[in-house]
Amino acid sequence: MPKFESIDHLNEYRRQLRARRDPSQPQVLVCAGPGCLPLGSEEVAQAFRAQLEEKGLSAQVALKTSGCHGLCARGVRVLLRPQEITYQKVTPADVPEIVETTLVGGGVVERLLHEEPETHALCRHKGDIPFYRSQQAIVLRKLDVIDPESLDDYLALGGYRSLRKAFFEMTPDEVIEAVERSGLRGRGGGGFPTGRKWRICRDTGEPIKFVICNGDEGDPGAFMDRAVMEGDPHAVIEGMIIGAYAIGARRGYIYVRHEYPLAVKRLQLAIQQAREAGFLGKNILRSGFDFDIQISQGSGAFVCGEETALIASIEGHIGEPMPRPPYPAVSGLFGQPTIINNVETWANVPEIINMGPEWFAAIGTEGSKGTKIFSLVGAVHHSGLVEVPMGTTLRQIVFDIGGGIPGGRAFKAVQTGGPSGGCIPAEFLDLPVDYDSLQQVGSIMGSGGLIVMDETSCMVDVARYFIGFLYEESCGKCTPCREGLKQLKKIYEDITYGRGEEKHLTLMEDLCAVMASASICGLGQSAVNPVLSTLKYFRHEYEAHIRDKKCPALVCRPLLKYTIDPETCTGCLACVRECPVGAISGLKKEAQEIDQELCIKCGLCYEVCQFDAVRRE
Amino acid sequence: MDAARLEAILSRYEGEPYDLIPVLQEIQDNYGYLPKDEVKEVARRLNVPLTQIYSVATFYKMFSLIPKGRHQVKVCLGTTCHLKGGPRLVDSLSSRLGVEVGYTSKDGQFSLETVGCLGSCAQAPVMMVDDKYFARVTVDKVPKILKLYQS
Ligand SMILES: Cc1cc2nc3c(=O)[nH]c(=O)nc-3n(C[C@H](O)[C@H](O)[C@H](O)COP(=O)(O)O)c2cc1C
Ligand code: FES
Repeated sequence: MPKFESIDHLNEYRRQLRARRDPSQPQVLVCAGPGCLPLGSEEVAQAFRAQLEEKGLSAQVALKTSGCHGLCARGVRVLLRPQEITYQKVTPADVPEIVETTLVGGGVVERLLHEEPETHALCRHKGDIPFYRSQQAIVLRKLDVIDPESLDDYLALGGYRSLRKAFFEMTPDEVIEAVERSGLRGRGGGGFPTGRKWRICRDTGEPIKFVICNGDEGDPGAFMDRAVMEGDPHAVIEGMIIGAYAIGARRGYIYVRHEYPLAVKRLQLAIQQAREAGFLGKNILRSGFDFDIQISQGSGAFVCGEETALIASIEGHIGEPMPRPPYPAVSGLFGQPTIINNVETWANVPEIINMGPEWFAAIGTEGSKGTKIFSLVGAVHHSGLVEVPMGTTLRQIVFDIGGGIPGGRAFKAVQTGGPSGGCIPAEFLDLPVDYDSLQQVGSIMGSGGLIVMDETSCMVDVARYFIGFLYEESCGKCTPCREGLKQLKKIYEDITYGRGEEKHLTLMEDLCAVMASASICGLGQSAVNPVLSTLKYFRHEYEAHIRDKKCPALVCRPLLKYTIDPETCTGCLACVRECPVGAISGLKKEAQEIDQELCIKCGLCYEVCQFDAVRRE
Repeated sequence: MDAARLEAILSRYEGEPYDLIPVLQEIQDNYGYLPKDEVKEVARRLNVPLTQIYSVATFYKMFSLIPKGRHQVKVCLGTTCHLKGGPRLVDSLSSRLGVEVGYTSKDGQFSLETVGCLGSCAQAPVMMVDDKYFARVTVDKVPKILKLYQS
């Protein structure tokens, strides 16, 4: 890779790069995104490498591991180009057949095609699969077709074209104006207008400013930022360079959470490549503008996703939030004006500059422009990453894209916004998803986790889970959050242990009112959402726990009872071996019995029994 | 204290107070915990009070002041994994390894931890041993996974 000294140089390189690439060359793209990786992407890629070698095809076929292909539920996914055939659930054992049938023979391995759950229709191409049909990919567009470790791949698809346009065809003010007109709002949860934030920062007139990319992605159930950082790192970097140019920052940070080592590795490599190519460093493309980026790794603290805590963490302190104002745009990192945006926000910027703000503003709803990536998980057939225009309804996402609920079970709720969000019941399935409408029903957009729950989930347990999570993660600086969460946690314990009382429900509402109005940061202020939304929409479940001492979904452990049906039990002793407290006994090959005094109701016996002999009530 | 080992880490930094967290991260990755003597030396070299190091080391979950086991077992208790049986996985691992969450087994082989979302929610419940992910782990798969690491 040369160091680009001018726009002409970059243009010429891109032209040659494209001329060198033969669009008819066979390509195998193995998904190594967050969903497929644990299923064995590396082993599949390795099998392809060996098989291509064996058949003498290594030179003709381009084998790549790519970022997330979207439909994680059916991984490991493999895309074959130029035919655009997508295979699913590929294992190393399938590879010889794929090479033989498709790469050599030009045919299709039908058993590896996507099959629709209801209609059993086979889908050969990505576009045939209903999961992809109603999506609109802007940020995810390149993920399944590029090798994230190749700058050439990024350049071939027009990468760093927007940087060139911003630097040489637009003034910093015009860049800010374009972002303002696009209507882009922060994808990290709050939804603050991005252009306005940049304008405030630029207008401070301070000579030293910073840009930060928030890659902390702390919401459990959300992995879109991970997928973007790992799958298209240059898009994030290009966005940040454009932002730095717009506000006049010389230095940028990408704060990546500790749990994402691959994202760190990919970003480090991409930064190195961008430096070598002259997109980062001194005098970028001879524009006279200097800018560089470094990575700052989190150390495992949810609250560090909050912007002021994140800044404290980069400075070497514990992640305690500060009251705002002043906002970081005015006084941020080391006391200097700082813009901090989310990964997905940054990744939208190059497209806005390239395609123009009007194009972007034409997508979405009145108040929420563009697309949003959701990680659709839980009780749906097609869990994975989906990118849809703002304003798509929950029903479209859960049923048309997600394929509905498996096992013929009934939909109960969809949880959005992570621990700061709420549970939305079936009556709002036709709600268009955007920042404002989610807030109206007591939830928030958050970073984009969409967790679908069916009748096997207990909403009291879900709220208890989030309160437990936030209790652990609260930094303890302010009293309403620290003590409020502690009390809420205790009340939830009482309710799920069958010690709940009617008055607990009003007590919870009172506590929530104080926390929402008096906590310093968003953690405590929005911690009330999981509580209030479940109290509002699923009050009957609380009442069942309190009045009848029953958990209708059979989740809350202390309220359950496990027994073994002597008729069905074969005496295989699988449960005896699993029981952590030795509560199950009986003779071999005869029915077993659970000692109710010893039983801790962990449910391990229920899970390991292959004969459905363990009863739970 | 192995001065050269620590020096190899410290020499890559400017020695400013804001280098504290990256330095501690490298020590944690390198040693598996934050040894006392090394921490004192860091305090001296970065000119940060020992109390601040202690507050940082106990605030962030990745740091440990005591040595960890040879293998790190991490069970995801993110929302999706919670709903799909993560807590039962913790019980099973805890009873099979004979170790409570947050502790290390007596033979020093395994540390058991829970984490909040590993980002592979589509394959819930998920667990990790060292750097390897295990997808859709039902309780009956646990013995097989542990066998890979039991010497
Ligand atoms: C408790 C808490 C956790 C947060 N976690 C994240 C996070 O993981 N990622 C993120 O981008 N924003 C997170 N935010 C929002 C940030 O404070 C900030 O608003 C955001 O990074 C701004 O970027 P945006 O305008 O592009 O969304 C969190 C906020 C709170 C209160
Ligand atoms: S909830 Fe376990 S990987 Fe996300």
